[in-house]
Amino acid sequence: MLKRKENKNGRLSKFTNIQLSALVILRVLIGWHFLYEGITKLVNPYWSAAGYLSESKWVLSGLFRSILTSPAALKIVDFLNIWGLIAIGIALIAGCMTRTASISAIVLLFLYYICNPPFIGYKYTNPAEGAYLIVNKNLIEMFALFVLTAFPTGKIIGLDRLISRKKKPE
Amino acid sequence: MIKEIDIKTPDKKTEETEKKGIIRRRDVLKGLATIPVFGAFFYSLYKKKVLDDLKRKEILDELGISGKRPAVPPYNATKKPGELIRLGIIGFGGRGEYLAKAAGFAHPDWTERKLRDAKKNRMDKALENFLNQEDLNVVLGGVCDVFDVRAERGLAASKNDTSPGGKSRGLKEAKRYLHYQDLIQSKDIDAVIIATPDHWHAQMTVDAANAGKHVYCEKCITRTEEEVYKVVDAVKKSDIVFQLGHQNPQQETFIKAKEIINKNILGAITLVETTTNRNSPNGAWVYKIHEKASEQTIDWEQFQGAAPHKVPFSLERFFRWRCWYDYGTGLSGDLLSHEYDAVNQILDLGIPKSATASGGIYFYKDGRDVPDVFQVVFEYPSRNLTLVYSATLSSGRVRGRIFMGHDASMEVGSTLTVNADNESTRYKEKIKNKIIDTSLPLFSFHPGSKEIDTITSATERYFATKGLMYTYRGGKQIDLTHLHVKEWIDCIRNGKKPSCGIDRGFQEGITCHMATKSFLEGRKVEWDPVKRKII
Repeated sequence: MLKRKENKNGRLSKFTNIQLSALVILRVLIGWHFLYEGITKLVNPYWSAAGYLSESKWVLSGLFRSILTSPAALKIVDFLNIWGLIAIGIALIAGCMTRTASISAIVLLFLYYICNPPFIGYKYTNPAEGAYLIVNKNLIEMFALFVLTAFPTGKIIGLDRLISRKKKPE
Repeated sequence: MIKEIDIKTPDKKTEETEKKGIIRRRDVLKGLATIPVFGAFFYSLYKKKVLDDLKRKEILDELGISGKRPAVPPYNATKKPGELIRLGIIGFGGRGEYLAKAAGFAHPDWTERKLRDAKKNRMDKALENFLNQEDLNVVLGGVCDVFDVRAERGLAASKNDTSPGGKSRGLKEAKRYLHYQDLIQSKDIDAVIIATPDHWHAQMTVDAANAGKHVYCEKCITRTEEEVYKVVDAVKKSDIVFQLGHQNPQQETFIKAKEIINKNILGAITLVETTTNRNSPNGAWVYKIHEKASEQTIDWEQFQGAAPHKVPFSLERFFRWRCWYDYGTGLSGDLLSHEYDAVNQILDLGIPKSATASGGIYFYKDGRDVPDVFQVVFEYPSRNLTLVYSATLSSGRVRGRIFMGHDASMEVGSTLTVNADNESTRYKEKIKNKIIDTSLPLFSFHPGSKEIDTITSATERYFATKGLMYTYRGGKQIDLTHLHVKEWIDCIRNGKKPSCGIDRGFQEGITCHMATKSFLEGRKVEWDPVKRKII
């Protein structure tokens, strides 16, 4: 049995090459996706979360829709969305503050998922590019990030390796 | 059991260096291992951007249009308040109330209801939009309606302090005039809004023009062809500012559409198709009959006035007058007029050579004599173009307003989309070189796309998608009718010509009456430009 052990520096110590490669590649791919999602929104002057929020269904729809009532709140949401995506994307690719980035990404994806959940009987005007029943790509990406949080790689391959060294000369 | 193969355990050296915080070459390599990914990312991004920009630039260069919002017409520039203008309104039904609100005078019922709505649903910005409307520095000094309840509503609206100007205006209650002539002749009125049924438009406009009162008249300009000539004569003889109630030209998308036509992006346009689909009793003019309406509260004689057939008192005819030719022209004057004006604003078509209409009463068999399904084909041989209008009041299927050209087609409503044609001559090379993808819009324009609209009723939604309700100025949603009324008021102050003046009104009136005449006589009718008569 393979056991996860952390050494004193909190660094993962037991990965096979193939496991490590798989995890790092997954991390970089998700990072790439986040970064590009953020940048496309940044350069599109017409982009806003308003359309997505206005379609909100299920338990939190009231909360999401209430954002729309205030232009200031919507501006903040748009800003956080764009720069959150970009920051998470950069962090995941570089392996910098990987754990914080992964958890933030999970929170963001959870909000996307819960805002427009693909539940039975719910219809949205934004067309989906595939067919989804309860499980959609947001949910899958969210759990992929959960895997990355459980098996962090930033301190092995990533800037976190250098950062942790610098911090640790106790 | 998973076998442990090639386990990565940090060797003693590593642990040693970790403890000391020493960064070795190996750490740097591993720490920066994924950094080259940024190179690949930004290189791809750059390549994509260059390609997109090139395509966009090539398309925009080819089209010669700007990707920017259109310039707002100069008469919409905010003017100094100037002197106070005293408005009178004749006809305070649904449309009259809307126009008064557009001028800054909403009924307290409306402002209170909208305040409650806004408290319940903060997305409901109707009241906020109204209060943000520009204060036109006008007062509603006179109200005339033959139904007491409506006249009272007009008076209540005239003194409602919940208005764009707010309490500072110290609004006084308007005077009620029992007969429209008294309002028009009054020295206390400078300009009149006519929002009566169509059969009164001509007489009232002529009387107002003769009395030197500026006129904002609802469409259709008149009920009959003969009346059009009378109105045009009277207005042209006077020096009043006349505005017809087609608020379309205020729409940003229409201004953009004009630019696209002027740049000849569509190539030869041979067919324009425009439509009206509605599917509710209200949309089919089966309006509610007020419970207080009776022979005692309605001046029936004055209501009938210029109507060709005098009939005994009828609540149905009073409230649902659009269903009878005695008072209007049905789809022709009510909705074809809007559609024709929209196309005329964009293409500058003028009066067609001929019109052929058909249709029938196929759904609302409620005693009306105007059709509820109505089609008209207008021919413009001098422009090598046909304009088709098609309408039903019993289907909500959305059909666009489409300009079909050899090189591209354009759909115009609250948004604007241009699609290149697969077989276009002009774009042939670019389509072949994959610079233009005909499955995607060549150009699209969405004013205020960062805004969310809360348009509630089906009729309002219909008007909004058709581009008849709201537009955007500096990203803010503005009521089109307000802009149209404001333009009229501005023109009264600065002597300029409004966008839907008497010449457009003449074209609109004649074109609609050609359709009506063709339908009623069951034949193709023509316009004789020499005799200036429909034959």
